[in-house]
Amino acid sequence: MNVFQTILILVFAFLAVFAETAFPAPRLWLGAQIDLLPALMIFAALNSNITTVGLLAVFGGLWFDSQSANPLGITILPLMAVGFPIFLQRDLILRGLPFAQFVLGAVASVLVPTLTILLLLNGGTQPLVGWGSLWQWIVMTVGGAVATPVIFEVFGWCDRALGYQPRSETSFRADREIRRGSNKLEK
Amino acid sequence: MFKQKNYLALGAVFVVAVLILSLPTSATSRLKLVVSSWFLPLFGLADAAQQLPADLANTTLPRSELLQQITSLRRENQQLQAAQLQTAALTRENDQLRTLFGWQKQAPWKLTLARVVTRDPANWWRTVQIDRGTRDGIAVNMPVLTADGLVGRISSVNFTRAQVVLIGDPNCRVSARVDSSTHDIGILTASGPLDPSLVDLSYLTGGANLKSGQIVTTSGLGGVFPPGIPIGKIVDSQIVEYGLATEARVKLNANPGALEQVWVLTNPQLPL
Repeated sequence: MNVFQTILILVFAFLAVFAETAFPAPRLWLGAQIDLLPALMIFAALNSNITTVGLLAVFGGLWFDSQSANPLGITILPLMAVGFPIFLQRDLILRGLPFAQFVLGAVASVLVPTLTILLLLNGGTQPLVGWGSLWQWIVMTVGGAVATPVIFEVFGWCDRALGYQPRSETSFRADREIRRGSNKLEK
Repeated sequence: MFKQKNYLALGAVFVVAVLILSLPTSATSRLKLVVSSWFLPLFGLADAAQQLPADLANTTLPRSELLQQITSLRRENQQLQAAQLQTAALTRENDQLRTLFGWQKQAPWKLTLARVVTRDPANWWRTVQIDRGTRDGIAVNMPVLTADGLVGRISSVNFTRAQVVLIGDPNCRVSARVDSSTHDIGILTASGPLDPSLVDLSYLTGGANLKSGQIVTTSGLGGVFPPGIPIGKIVDSQIVEYGLATEARVKLNANPGALEQVWVLTNPQLPL
């Protein structure tokens, strides 16, 4: 856990938002665009510190809203609302298991758009919501769920390739070495 | 202490979000412009990457095929010139008749070609961004169309880019006229989030004479879109509100999901 990981998470969020706006293939094929920010928030909440979670919520939300017709800043709160409870309870979560990552990714991918739409409706704007939104929710949930273990794997690889490796500790200490035959009492 | 730090961070994020959301509209749009400009280098790279295969294909195109294309384009150009002459004669005649009746003269459309650069990442909006802005004479509420028909209007604009809200988005309502014997007028509204090429035509009178395949064009009412721009065709209709109104589904001529290039009508002349 270091600054490098925080920067990497933010760069990934930036690229994810860019990919969502520039490559509309999922929307053309599946009828909905898959959002990667909730999956990334799960990774940050389980593996990083609270500062990274906050920065991801603020910058990820701002980047997403700047490319969307959403009011600027409205996605910040749903991202934080998902990331913060998971961060607080992360010691109770088997974060290394891909199934746990999958389930958390699915939950986050449902909650973030739902909370965003609730905030939009509360703010008086009228988003395009109908029965077809159910299908979009399913696509986003499955997409986010599948993306979460993949993100864990990608960041794990980046960490192994670019990050500091833990130093291998031994129980040997030079100052406590017993030298045979040399510990004679001084006279 | 550890928990206190967590809640302080939560509070800080909450305050930042509320501050941004409570900014005035002008400040928000400026901030949005600043944040979205961070993506410009990436869009430049993506454009270059998309252009590369086309450039490569052009360099490897055989000469015989190029000559064939030139011949076909010359023929098409001659046909278009002939059609233009005929249109000019009709325009003159139309202008003379309008002068006789004392009606306002119609100016020819000024169209600005724009390329669609991004699509809305949120599934609950139907907007795209184009690579033209105020420096190209683009302004809010200008109609946006393709060769097939109307696609939307400009909803916000900055120096280099503009956002287009497409037909089918809740923020783009178009007054439309059905090409029927009764010339029924209704409002195009959003149909559903899945199929972007289908929209609803609401607020038609109960006795509207609608049939599948009838052409729908802009009515010119509402002060945004000039009359006569083709929109789509009627798919089906049903009586609603206990027979007091009719609602129809319209298949759009231009598919909003597959837009690549659009035209912005920079001098929309609206009826008085």
